Amino acid sequence: MSHGPLVMYDEDYRRIAALLERLVRDASARGIFLVDKDGQLIAEAGEMRGVDSTSLASLTAGNIAATGGLAQLIGEEEFPVHFHQGQRDNLHITLVDRRNILVVVFDERSSLGLVRLRVKKAGAELARVFEEIRKKAERARASGASPFADITDDDIDNLFSE
Amino acid sequence: MSFINYSSREINCKIVYYGPGLCGKTTNLQHVYARTNPDLKGKMISLATETERTLFFDFLPIALGEIRGFRTRFHLYTVPGQVFYDASRKLILKGVDGVVFVADSQIERMEANVESLENLRLNLKEQGLDLDRVPFVVQYNKRDLPNAAPLAEMKALLNPGQVPDFEATAHTGAGVFETLKGVARGVLNDLKRLSSKQ
Repeated sequence: MSHGPLVMYDEDYRRIAALLERLVRDASARGIFLVDKDGQLIAEAGEMRGVDSTSLASLTAGNIAATGGLAQLIGEEEFPVHFHQGQRDNLHITLVDRRNILVVVFDERSSLGLVRLRVKKAGAELARVFEEIRKKAERARASGASPFADITDDDIDNLFSE
Repeated sequence: MSFINYSSREINCKIVYYGPGLCGKTTNLQHVYARTNPDLKGKMISLATETERTLFFDFLPIALGEIRGFRTRFHLYTVPGQVFYDASRKLILKGVDGVVFVADSQIERMEANVESLENLRLNLKEQGLDLDRVPFVVQYNKRDLPNAAPLAEMKALLNPGQVPDFEATAHTGAGVFETLKGVARGVLNDLKRLSSKQ
């Protein structure tokens, strides 16, 4: 394959988690999910811990991919902001950089305007963190520091014998 | 693209089941779902038409076990096999870490198999990926049918590169986990290669 894995270290995760926790408070959101475009959940915050976040991540990525395809059909590069209005809860979905998606769930305690305002600021900060993560992963790969560089055939066999 | 999370000690990888319409991609996932311990699987999502043909994708997250202290989680996706859903297939291939090509063994579906395999190669190429370099396995499904083509003929037609291949009868489950393990092994070996000093 032409690209390496996304590697997130503990300190990066904590920075992202802190940003999401702050966004939950600032936007008066019920919950926030950070998802990558391949459908992997990266982090979550808020009062929606019981929701099936793995499915949410996969469906969000599918949604962004499908609307991205629609955008290209009409000559747009992408639709960077999506809003879905429900009877009780609403979804605000934004691309924070070219790879990651921020999903904000909010109800009548907040408003679309407030969510938009807060997401714009937090999105820019998250994009900066991801740029640093990407550079760090490149450096780690160049130095051969990954624990997976030493995976043996036995390690893989053991995985399947369990 | 695989995602290694040091905080949760998890490796997440994306595997896509590809193949012509009605070859058994969804049936593969249904069998994996039915036979996997509830603690190791998430909910299976099927975005299907009213006639239960895959409209966008099926999705099943499963965990395999630990490697170097990291829990390995595989996200299994199927594509819609029908020819006119090509735009959707391209989207689902984005960020793929490993591919299973499910071939329909019925003689009358050989042309559809070949077309779908060419379509896979082309759609990967559009994303800058080369089928000969992506972790890839072939499954010859529906081996139980009386009109199944000879295995040697299918291998010659669909697997000239001699990647790992498996016979299967997905509706009974035969060969389903062997196929999954085959592609997971390829993905982990690729992860090792990508993590190594280049």
